Amino acid sequence: MTRESRAAWWFLAPSLTVIAVFFVLPVMGGLALSLTDFDIYALSDPASARLTWFDNYARLLADPVFWKALRNTLYFALLGGPLSVAASLAAALLLSSRAVWLKGLFRTVFFAPVVTTLVAVAVVWRSLYHPRFGLANQVLGWFGLGGIDWLGDPAWAMPAIIIMAIWKNFGYNMVIFMAGLGAIPESLYEAARIDGAGVWRQFRSITLPMLRPTTLFVSLITMIGYLQLFAEPYVMTRGGPLNATLSVALLMYEQGFRWWNMGFAAAVAFVLFALILAGTLLQLRLQKDRS
Amino acid sequence: MSATRGLQGLRRRGTAAVLHLALAGLAAATLLPLFAMVSASLMPSGESTMTPPPWLPSRVTFEHYRHLFTRLSLGRTLANSVLLAGSVTALSLLVNSMAGYAFAKLRFAGRDRLFRALLSAMVVPAQVAMLPLFLLLKQLGLVNTYLGVIVPGMASIFGIFLVRLYALSLPDELLDAARVDGASEWRIYRSVILPLCRPVLVTLGVFTFMGTWNDFMWPLVVLTDDRLYTLPVALANLMGEHVQDNELMMAGSVLTVLPVLVLFLALQRHYVEGITLGGVKE
Repeated sequence: MTRESRAAWWFLAPSLTVIAVFFVLPVMGGLALSLTDFDIYALSDPASARLTWFDNYARLLADPVFWKALRNTLYFALLGGPLSVAASLAAALLLSSRAVWLKGLFRTVFFAPVVTTLVAVAVVWRSLYHPRFGLANQVLGWFGLGGIDWLGDPAWAMPAIIIMAIWKNFGYNMVIFMAGLGAIPESLYEAARIDGAGVWRQFRSITLPMLRPTTLFVSLITMIGYLQLFAEPYVMTRGGPLNATLSVALLMYEQGFRWWNMGFAAAVAFVLFALILAGTLLQLRLQKDRS
Repeated sequence: MSATRGLQGLRRRGTAAVLHLALAGLAAATLLPLFAMVSASLMPSGESTMTPPPWLPSRVTFEHYRHLFTRLSLGRTLANSVLLAGSVTALSLLVNSMAGYAFAKLRFAGRDRLFRALLSAMVVPAQVAMLPLFLLLKQLGLVNTYLGVIVPGMASIFGIFLVRLYALSLPDELLDAARVDGASEWRIYRSVILPLCRPVLVTLGVFTFMGTWNDFMWPLVVLTDDRLYTLPVALANLMGEHVQDNELMMAGSVLTVLPVLVLFLALQRHYVEGITLGGVKE
């Protein structure tokens, strides 16, 4: 081994060890765990866990609560995700206009929710959504709209969480969109104007196509993040009402760390993984097709 | 960017007015929850839950903040959060910068394949590792210890990726010159690479600190003793007992959010750079 490659392995040793022991090994262990009936008794005596092969997965597929959690998670990711991306794009377009004054200040304001602690803002939004004293209903009142029992009504609980997630996250993708918008050559717009294209036409024929790689990237990271929905329902609704906001990650937590059905919970975790993997592959596929 | 350019005179001024109106509305909507949080945290007990709730406190009181520190001993929780976020940040800067440098500048067999494998491992969500990781740490006696949070957080693939990306842009001549002078690889890393990588290390440091500070699920799982809780875990726990005490909960939220918000305002350029750097490459 050359001096250089020996040095390289020394430099890599700490991080690779940590990643191997505390990430790769547990992921593989999780697969094994999902094939056992590891429960609260096995916690004190691991030998009592038995290999049950695909029992956990079979039970999962037969469990209406799991399907509910899966539907909720997809609802959140497939509705909340695109809405978040659209909000980010809208904010980026507004902010990127040349005429904007105090651009830096606006950008800081829009970005502020991104860095806030999710648990803390979930606590705040829970109070904003309170049917009696919440400011959300007060704001609806300004527009002559009646109050909503945001987190108490199974039909509104998930939309309420989606609205909060958009508020919390739109600044992140906005920054990426702004970088993407900045990279579009000005000459394209000039040429379009000479051809008499209006603002809307320029947006559709130049901005959107040029932003496609950015949009795909942003959609991908947003979707991956949104499929892992956990803290919002944990803090705001505990998955309720009537399991309307129970997510796959929350189900895994409840099963694994509350009831200690760790084998079953590991199977739930792998379904989450499969979901994210499928979404990622789909997005990458789209990226390839379009380019 | 240029969507509104080319419109003339009055029309342009009209567009600018509409644009600023939209931005101001969006900014107000963005700030409203944060404003409501701070405002309610300063109200006397019970005021924020009146119908309709007032927007501003009738008189400003800090009693809820005092309550957090005296009766609920959140001072210790705050110290836990600072300690954990600080040590994870320091360790991960060291560990990830070493690896990022090696991937960027040192030649060894299988380098690119290994890096690609690491990148593809980023698809695996942390939750998949969580259950066995808990069992592993239980075996090692690290459940319910600070180390249970620190050790798994030390290395991050994203961190390695970020440092590598930056280190790739450093000229090889600098390293070659140092080697000719007989400097050891460790010395080159310490005296040449680290100082040059300062900007990306600041970015990564801010990211890691905020990420660890805000992290919820893993500390919730691995810290079972409330003396070791971080702020988010303590806050979620308070929710159960003190949910009626809205002003107190808002004060707890301010205490949790304020440090990261201040850090962000001080270092936002570095933070935003990290996002666009990560985004552009993909």
